[in-house]
Amino acid sequence: MSELRLMKGNEAIAEAAIRYGVDGYFGYPITPQSEVMETLMELRPWETTGMVVLQAESEIASINMMYGGAGCGKKVMTSSSSPGISLMQEGLSYLAGAELPCVVVNVVRGGPGLGTIQPAQSDYSQAVNGGGHGDYNLIVLAPSSVQEMADFVELAFELAFKYRNPALILSDGMIGQMMEKVELKAQKDRMSDQELAEKYPWATTGKPSSRERNIITSVELDPYAFERFNHKVQAKYKQMHKEDVRFEQFQCEDAEYLLVAYGSSARICQKSVQLLREKGIKAGLLRPITLFPFPGVELDKLAGQVKGMLAVELSAGQLVRDVRLAVNGKVPVEHFGRMGGVIHSPEEVVEALEKNFLKG
Amino acid sequence: MALEVKDIIKPENLVYAKTKLLTERMMHYCPGCTHGVVNKLIAEVIDELNIQEDTIGVTPVGCSVLLYNYIEIDWHEAAHGRAPAVGTGIKRLRPDKYVFTYQGDGDLAAIGTAETIHACNRGENILMVFINNGIYGMTGGQMAPTTLEGMKASTCPFGRDVEHDGRPLNMTSIVATLPGTCYVTRQAAHTAPAVRKLKKSLRKAFENQKNKKGTSFIEVVGTCSSGWKMNPVQSNKWMEANMFPIYPLGDIKDV
Ligand SMILES: Cc1ncc(C[n+]2csc(CCOP(=O)(O)OP(=O)(O)O)c2C)c(N)n1
Ligand code: SF4
Ligand SMILES: [Mg+2]
Repeated sequence: MSELRLMKGNEAIAEAAIRYGVDGYFGYPITPQSEVMETLMELRPWETTGMVVLQAESEIASINMMYGGAGCGKKVMTSSSSPGISLMQEGLSYLAGAELPCVVVNVVRGGPGLGTIQPAQSDYSQAVNGGGHGDYNLIVLAPSSVQEMADFVELAFELAFKYRNPALILSDGMIGQMMEKVELKAQKDRMSDQELAEKYPWATTGKPSSRERNIITSVELDPYAFERFNHKVQAKYKQMHKEDVRFEQFQCEDAEYLLVAYGSSARICQKSVQLLREKGIKAGLLRPITLFPFPGVELDKLAGQVKGMLAVELSAGQLVRDVRLAVNGKVPVEHFGRMGGVIHSPEEVVEALEKNFLKG
Repeated sequence: MALEVKDIIKPENLVYAKTKLLTERMMHYCPGCTHGVVNKLIAEVIDELNIQEDTIGVTPVGCSVLLYNYIEIDWHEAAHGRAPAVGTGIKRLRPDKYVFTYQGDGDLAAIGTAETIHACNRGENILMVFINNGIYGMTGGQMAPTTLEGMKASTCPFGRDVEHDGRPLNMTSIVATLPGTCYVTRQAAHTAPAVRKLKKSLRKAFENQKNKKGTSFIEVVGTCSSGWKMNPVQSNKWMEANMFPIYPLGDIKDV
């Protein structure tokens, strides 16, 4: 049965993972996301659904434990925050290269370096550009509420398995730590090993005489074969852009100025739109939900309607580059953001829009 | 009447056959390389124990990266040093399967040190096969953590200087001290008796896994003729004279 609860974003991730029927979680503590593994360890899902939960010796180990589990066709996930996600990049590149599904949650904190434990959105570029070596991308989802933290666990797995590609939930310390009402879905059954072997014929389930051996690998030494493989992977990304772009529009119908923001920043920008409209400025907000695939087509459409766009993010200007690429010079695109764990107020966003487009 | 070949090739005369678990692929190893022998022994043991359908192997980054081309089982190719973590993930999610990793000294004892120690310390119910040839074979003969004092490698061309480079790392002794390991042994594969012993160890390790005893760890002291810049016969002699005193063969732990 579904259930209404008040909880933190990080706790919602853990609850949703169990209820969705995730097979394994491997993690390493880091603020501001440690509640994910703490909640799982408290709930002891290995006694109920059979879900494996293991604290690894590092993020390098946790992503590679996931790599092993994902190869078996299992639904595996991890969560971490910025420095830990940096350590996972080699593993993510292997997972993408071996075409394996998995879900990684990044509850972003401010960087560079050890940085701060306060919220930031400064891992955007890493997230949407693959992050590790090679030509690959992650499917990137950006929740802006505790409800979406819970819902995107399922969505991320569905997309990861649809494309056999790792998916990343790009959250931040604000969404991870804040408490909100959340509707948790009813418990689903985990897939049996037999069902799995039929559904995922590529998985390492032990070689029966009825099939060839399965090899999970990302090595290909023949350049022509490897180029063909790369084309195949790129075709998946094209398909994602056709079929799985998600975004939300807020008062865009008659907008003359557009705010573009995701995650926690988008929540703040909703208020800014309201304040701008009270001042008689017709503002709207486009909130990308999938950061990869990016809703560039939608932005390009809006570029024919608005006089200017302002990308608002908790970073020095990373999302703004994708917005500029999308509209390709059709309208001025400016950036506003705070950094280092500082969160902008709705009023600061109003001021930034006025300063960039309406004054002087 | 003279005996002809066709008269000799008869089932009743068969004394040795290639195990059916070895594929027809030609191995890519250099002549005399220890990897080829150990690959074959693993195939034989899996075949003899009749656990082909229930075994998942994890290959490393190193000369044996393509080991998955040679044995007819399901495989997972790990990143450099991460095989114990990959093996952990597989075994935790498929405890009904036999899981083993196969790693070189650079892979297991340098870049993968943390993964090795923690998998052994948790007592992951897997087998780790550790091919110690004292060198980075695949990348062209650089110094490994196990390179002997004074031994030449491309990144210590004047011989390993322990003041500068540190001393050879004895990973097998280290993991033997960890509570999670149930069986730790050091073997070789250069003579018929050595091969027989190694095979026995491999069999025992798979049986330990069946009995859920914890981590079995088998080091195989081996040669790398290309990296050592010797022919295979010289390599074996050099190994006996120089490697075995530092890495003595035999069981270190068996509980
Ligand atoms: C992260 C990373 N660093 C370095 C390498 C390059 N590399 C490939 S194999 C290898 C060393 C292999 O030596 P060893 O593990 O002893 O195996 P051998 O070839 O001797 O069997 C290195 C350094 C790599 N592939 N990945
Ligand atoms: S380089 Fe050394 S370890 Fe690699 S295949 Fe040749 S002999 Fe074996
Ligand atoms: Mg080596």
